[in-house]
Amino acid sequence: MEINSNQLLRFTTAGSVDDGKSTLIGRLLYDSKSIFEDQMTAIENTSKKKGHEGIDLALFTDGLRDEREQGITIDVAYRYFTTPKRKFIIADTPGHIQYTRNMVTGASTANAAIILVDARHGVIEQTKRHAFIASLLHIPHVIVCINKMDLVDFSEETYNSIIKQFEEFSSKLLVQDIRFIPISALLGDNVVNRSENMSWYQGAPLLHTLETMHISSDINKVDARFPVQTVLRPQREGFIDYRGYAGRVASGVFRVGDEVAIMPSGFHSVIKSIDGPSGPLTEAFAPMSVSINLEDDIDISRGDMIVRANNQPEAAQDIEVMLCWLHNDPAKPRAKYTIKHTSNEQKAMIKEVIYKIDINTLGRKTDDFSMHMNDICKVKIRTTKPLMVDSYRENRNTGSLILIDDATNETVAAGMVI
Amino acid sequence: MSRYYLNYLDELESEAIYVLREVWAQFQNPVILFSGGKDSIVVTHLARKAFYPCKIPFALMHVDTGHNFPETIQFRDDLIKTLEARLIVGSVQESIDQGRVAEEKGKNATRNALQITTLLDAIEGNKVDCAIGGGRRDEEKARAKERFFSHRDDFGQWDPKNQRPELWNLFNGKYFEGEHFRVFPISNWTEMDVWNYIRRENIDIPSLYLAHEREVVWRNNSWIPHSEFLVLDKDEKVVRKKVRFRTLGDITITGGIESDADTIDKIVHEVSAMRLTERGNRSDDKRSETAMEDRKKQGYF
Repeated sequence: MEINSNQLLRFTTAGSVDDGKSTLIGRLLYDSKSIFEDQMTAIENTSKKKGHEGIDLALFTDGLRDEREQGITIDVAYRYFTTPKRKFIIADTPGHIQYTRNMVTGASTANAAIILVDARHGVIEQTKRHAFIASLLHIPHVIVCINKMDLVDFSEETYNSIIKQFEEFSSKLLVQDIRFIPISALLGDNVVNRSENMSWYQGAPLLHTLETMHISSDINKVDARFPVQTVLRPQREGFIDYRGYAGRVASGVFRVGDEVAIMPSGFHSVIKSIDGPSGPLTEAFAPMSVSINLEDDIDISRGDMIVRANNQPEAAQDIEVMLCWLHNDPAKPRAKYTIKHTSNEQKAMIKEVIYKIDINTLGRKTDDFSMHMNDICKVKIRTTKPLMVDSYRENRNTGSLILIDDATNETVAAGMVI
Repeated sequence: MSRYYLNYLDELESEAIYVLREVWAQFQNPVILFSGGKDSIVVTHLARKAFYPCKIPFALMHVDTGHNFPETIQFRDDLIKTLEARLIVGSVQESIDQGRVAEEKGKNATRNALQITTLLDAIEGNKVDCAIGGGRRDEEKARAKERFFSHRDDFGQWDPKNQRPELWNLFNGKYFEGEHFRVFPISNWTEMDVWNYIRRENIDIPSLYLAHEREVVWRNNSWIPHSEFLVLDKDEKVVRKKVRFRTLGDITITGGIESDADTIDKIVHEVSAMRLTERGNRSDDKRSETAMEDRKKQGYF
C-alpha cells in the first residue's frame, strides 16, 4: 500500500456471539484479504479439531486463553485492516448485558458503530441497549446490519419490518446518521461483495459504506480548544527563550496571529508560532499534536486550556454528567474521587444522583440511586476547582471525563457532560 | 472534502506523540524499552519529535540477552550518541551468573524467557515507573487486548481480565509503590504503517532489515542466522543466502526470509505482498497457541 491521503476510520461492533459478530469481522478481514497464510493455517487446524465443516471465520477473533476455552469475548480487542481507500480500526466489544462497560469503552473513540440484528429475531432488548449506548456516546454514524438473511430466505419483507421496528424506538435517540444493510456474514452477502441473493437491496455493501462515509466532520472543527499537556523549555543554545505549550488540539483550528485566552486564568495573548511534528505550521487543527508559542510570557501549566478569545468553554465547578459506572465496587455516596478531564485533574464529589436509566426500557428510575457496575445515571458532580467544559454532544474531547478511586487507583466511571 | 483532516499516518503520529507526552507528564522515571528493532526505533523517533526542541527526556533501556546481532549493538550505541540520551542495560548474562535464572538446555534453548527476570530486575533496580514499548496490537492475539497504559502489579505481572477501562484519550497512570506501567504509543500501528512511516520519515534502521548475504541454517521453516550460539544438528548445514529479517530478536530465534529487498522502498513493496505474519518466523511464539499471553502475564514486553 502506498502512502497517500487515506483517512483512518475507527468503528465498534456490538452484538453477541449468536448474532454472528465474530463471523462478520472474520468475513471483513478474510474478504478484504487481511488474513495471512499462517493465521489461516492455524484457523483451519482449529476448525478441524472442533469438527466444523470448512473454516470457522469466527475463530479469527479469538483472543485470550479463557476466551478460546469459553468461546466468548471478555474484553475489548482491537483489529486492523486496510483497503486501498481507508485504514480501519475495529474495537471488537462483547455484547452481553454485563459488558456495557466494554461497549462504552469501544464506543468512546469510534466514528461508527455496527449493530448486529439477527434477522430471525428482529429487534430485541439487546439491540436497544446497543443503539442506546451508541447514541449516549454520540457515535456519529450507526450502521444496523441485519444478519443471517440467508436463514429468512433473503426476504425483503422481513428486512423492511425490522427497519420499522428499529425506527420506532430509535426516534427517541439522538443519532445523526443511521443506515441499514441486509447481510449474511456467513456467506458473505453484502459484506464486501454485493449480494446476488438480494437484488432488491439498492444500497452499498458494508465495506463500501465504511470506505466512503464522510467522517471529516466527526470532530468539532468550530470551537478551538487546546488542553496543555506539558511545557517545553529547552534552555539550551539557540532556544534560550523558547517556551512551547505542548498538547493535542482537542477541537477547532488555531492559526498563527490568533488572539487566544488562557483558561482558567483568563489572560489574553496572541499565537506567535506553532510547531508540528515535522516543523513550523501556520495552522493546527484537531487531532494534531503540536506545540504553541505565545507572544507574551504567561504562567501556563499542565491542565490549563488555550482557547480562542471570542469562543470560550464554560468554567464550571458544578457539572451535570451522564455517568456510566465501570467498576465492581459500587459508588460510595458523597465519596471523593479524582476526576480526569482533558489534561486537567481535580478532586471531585458525586453530590447527587438525579435518575438512573433502565437500560432495558430506556426509561428513568427515580427510586433507586445506587450505582453498580454497568449502571448509567445522571448525576451532579462538584469539583474543587473549575473545569473548562463543553457539552459532550458538542465536543467529545472537552465533554468527557473519568473518575478514579484514590483508594484503589482504579478507573471507576466514565462521564459525559450534559 | 474539507482540508481539515489528517491522513492516517499523520493521525497515528499525533496519537503516539500525545501518548508520549502523557507519559512524561504522569510518571517520575519513564524509560523507553529499546531492543534495536524497528518498532522501538520508531517510538524513539516519535519521542524525539514529541519534545523537540528539548532533548529526548527518556533513558533508553536495553535488555541484553548476550545473544545479539553485532549490528544491533552498534546501531544502539550510535543512536545513543546522536540523541545524547542515557543508556541502561539489563544483562541476562548477569542474571544467569547471579543465579537469578537458569539457562535452557538443548537444541532449541533460547534466552527469550530469561529476559523477563532481567527486565523486571532492571525496572526495579532503576526505580522505573513506566517502561515505554514498541508493542503493537496487530502483532499477536494477546497484544490485541493491550491498553495504551497497561498496569503491572508489584510482581510485574499483567492481568488481562482485570484491566482498567480506557476511554477517549484519558489515560489513568496512577500506581502504588512497587507497581509500574507499560505504555505502548504505537498500539494502533500495523507492520505496514511502521514501514510506510520509516520510509516517509527516512528513519535509520539496522542493516539487518535489508537483504544481505549471510550464513544461515534452515530450521523451523525459516533461515536462522549462523552464530557462535547456535548448536547445529548433524543433518543441519550452514549455507550462504541472501536474506533479510522482518523482526529482530535474539540471534538464536530470529528467522530470516529469502529476499532481494535491499532498500526501504523494496521492503514496503515486499511487505504489502506478504502472505505470512511477521512473527511467523519467531520460534518464541510458536511454542504454544498462547505463548505470548503466558509470557506477557509474567511480565514480558
